[in-house]
Amino acid sequence: MTMDWKSYDPNGFFDELVSHDGSIRPPAKQLVTYLESLPPEEIESRRQMAEATIQEMGVSFTVYTDEGTIDRAWPFDIVPRTISARQWRTTAAGLTQRLKALNLFIDDLYHDQKILKDGIVPEEIITKSKNFRPECVGINPPLGVWAHICGTDLVRDGDGEFYVLEDNLRVPSGVSYMLENRAITKRVLPELFEQDDILPVNDYCSNLFDTLQSLSPRKVRTPVIVVLTPGIFNSAYFEHTFLAQQMGVELVEGSDLVVGDDDCVYMRTISGLERVDVIYRRIDDLFLDPEVFQKDSVLGVPGLMRAWQKGKVALANAPGAGVADDKVVYAYVPEIIRYYLNEEPILKNVETYLCEDPEQRAYVLENLDKLVVKPANESGGYGMLVGPHSTKKDQAQFAKLIQENPRNYIAQPTLSLSTAPTLVEQGRLEPRHLDLRPFILQGKDTFVTTGGLTRVAMKKGSLVVNSSQGGGSKDTWIVEDGEE
Amino acid sequence: MLSKVAERLYWAARYMERVENTARLVGVYDKLLFDLPRDVNISWYSLVELNSVADLFSERYQIRSEHNVVKFMLADDSNPSSMLSSLHMLRENIRTSRDVLPVESWEYINELYLYAVNNIRLGINRSKRHEFLDQIVSRCQMLYGLFSSTMSHDAPWQFIKLGRNLERADMTTRIVDAGASALLAANGDANINLRKVVWTNVLLSASAYTSYRRSVRLSVAGPYVASYLLEDEYFPRSVASCLTQLRISAGKLPHCDKVVELIKKVDPGSHPIESESDLGLELREFLNDLQIALSHLGNRIAQTWFPA
Repeated sequence: MTMDWKSYDPNGFFDELVSHDGSIRPPAKQLVTYLESLPPEEIESRRQMAEATIQEMGVSFTVYTDEGTIDRAWPFDIVPRTISARQWRTTAAGLTQRLKALNLFIDDLYHDQKILKDGIVPEEIITKSKNFRPECVGINPPLGVWAHICGTDLVRDGDGEFYVLEDNLRVPSGVSYMLENRAITKRVLPELFEQDDILPVNDYCSNLFDTLQSLSPRKVRTPVIVVLTPGIFNSAYFEHTFLAQQMGVELVEGSDLVVGDDDCVYMRTISGLERVDVIYRRIDDLFLDPEVFQKDSVLGVPGLMRAWQKGKVALANAPGAGVADDKVVYAYVPEIIRYYLNEEPILKNVETYLCEDPEQRAYVLENLDKLVVKPANESGGYGMLVGPHSTKKDQAQFAKLIQENPRNYIAQPTLSLSTAPTLVEQGRLEPRHLDLRPFILQGKDTFVTTGGLTRVAMKKGSLVVNSSQGGGSKDTWIVEDGEE
Repeated sequence: MLSKVAERLYWAARYMERVENTARLVGVYDKLLFDLPRDVNISWYSLVELNSVADLFSERYQIRSEHNVVKFMLADDSNPSSMLSSLHMLRENIRTSRDVLPVESWEYINELYLYAVNNIRLGINRSKRHEFLDQIVSRCQMLYGLFSSTMSHDAPWQFIKLGRNLERADMTTRIVDAGASALLAANGDANINLRKVVWTNVLLSASAYTSYRRSVRLSVAGPYVASYLLEDEYFPRSVASCLTQLRISAGKLPHCDKVVELIKKVDPGSHPIESESDLGLELREFLNDLQIALSHLGNRIAQTWFPA
């Protein structure tokens, strides 16, 4: 396809592939040259091939609707998004730094609370947090690590720099789609992998396995690791099976597990009960153990918290880790990094207004039409107000919500999310907004995915990238372009 | 291995066998019914009786026509043993045990399921029925071939074999029973020719015709056919051969003693069949007892490896 990059207009936003003067950024050069060499009908046939591959591979996600749950094919754009390896190395260092500091912070909160006593983080932010678990106070999880798997959302602002939008420390999902995106691209654009120096992504599952193994309370050669899923109706069930399959571990539901009188966790196998050492749980804290949390939860395992508290089983992520996955705590992360590591944060936060603070709240209430307002504890893009796209009625509703419960809301300026060329109708490429979710692991060692999951808002001008709300995704290439 | 996963694989294999058997049976009847003399009491409706779903059928349909029977057997979701119902259950069981199956399984089962659902009219109408059923059978074979040649032959594989052989043994007893009952209904005055047609049909239904010819090397007659399908130790669909496979698979699993003992007690040769007179009511009762024994065996398997 011939592309007139001068007429490709990212509208002032930072574009991942094309710079402001219409020239192609170095990591994308080979990709763009190749795409330009393909006739339009060939591009269309590759697009169809990707669609068929996704159907046959059964890559799907579940959406909840009024009529029940539907399994939808994974929305995918065949044009990859490229990032230079040099820039990525700095970003990865920043992500590791961040997770290390957050783990020290969580461990401190459940022990001496030095950071509160020193007045770095206000005490009431923690005491009023829905995600602070008194049951976790004084517990020492293996290696002192609470959040072993973290999905951090990054956005690139107009200046081309990556900013952290949020840290997901509870049950972050999406990594299987990152891996499947690469598998699909290899089938659809195989020629590019021969010439370009694209760094591989497929070491994630084996690193995840090593991380989980390093947490085992029993020091045996092959500890028993399981993935705990809420079941087939969960939106990420595809990912749960994918990870269990790739790691070669059992995928279990709560009813497959039982806690014995010895406080150890066992699974029901064909040879009777077998002890479990490490549980990669994909269900929320509140459903983990009906003896401690929600009494009517059928997803969890009675006695699981007891087993974990006594150190008989490792849970990844540890219960209570979500206390740092809170949009109010987020605002303090740069201070948290300085406090525990005595280092300057490598990655910047997005500017954040805390509604709890009277002055900042007043500013937010005056500028609802310009800001993005988010509840402190929701995920999946639910319960948000996107100021510039909202009606007066929406704004009035949020003003009321904020005044009723200021602790529960934060606001951020509307971000100028970066764009990348995305295939739209009639085989044209147009800029669409995107973000990036890398995954960071911390056990005995730390590890950052090469790139991550790129989510893209398929609608023109839209900033909402969540797959539950019409977003799509792209393969993410970290490219060695020779620049140091 | 998790009990729940073992149970799902066992059922996946049973449903897969049902899908394949149903497709084969409809295919055999499709070819055969044209050849039958008018006075033979075999009709499309015999398929319904053979699967013990006569009550369900009469709730849904007045007329025992080809169209109704084929629709009921292939597509009807009120019939839990229809091909599409079984296929749906097969897919659900594979979907929830994907983590222990070869990566391609999910892709294969999706293709099979989408093909069956999108083309079900081809199966119900007569003109392209053969092509449709042929696709179903060969895609089932492909899936089983994938399991057999790429799965480690450890516990998960043994549960697939258990499910498949138990389902198959049960189906074979039903096919023999269908032959015996068709002739009984003719009140004993069936001529030699009619008997031959019926027992040929029995062999074809069990996909056993050519194997029978090659290994038995006698004419097609009731006593030989019934003995072959019950007792032959080499034909993979005979009851005896299925029991051997069940014994081998069960023997490779933990805590198997009681199951193996129970399998050894099931003896498909304990009702001697030497002449036409041995094919009467007593045979039908014997077959019924065999089905009950197989069903007990299924219960024992569940109690041993997937206790609730």
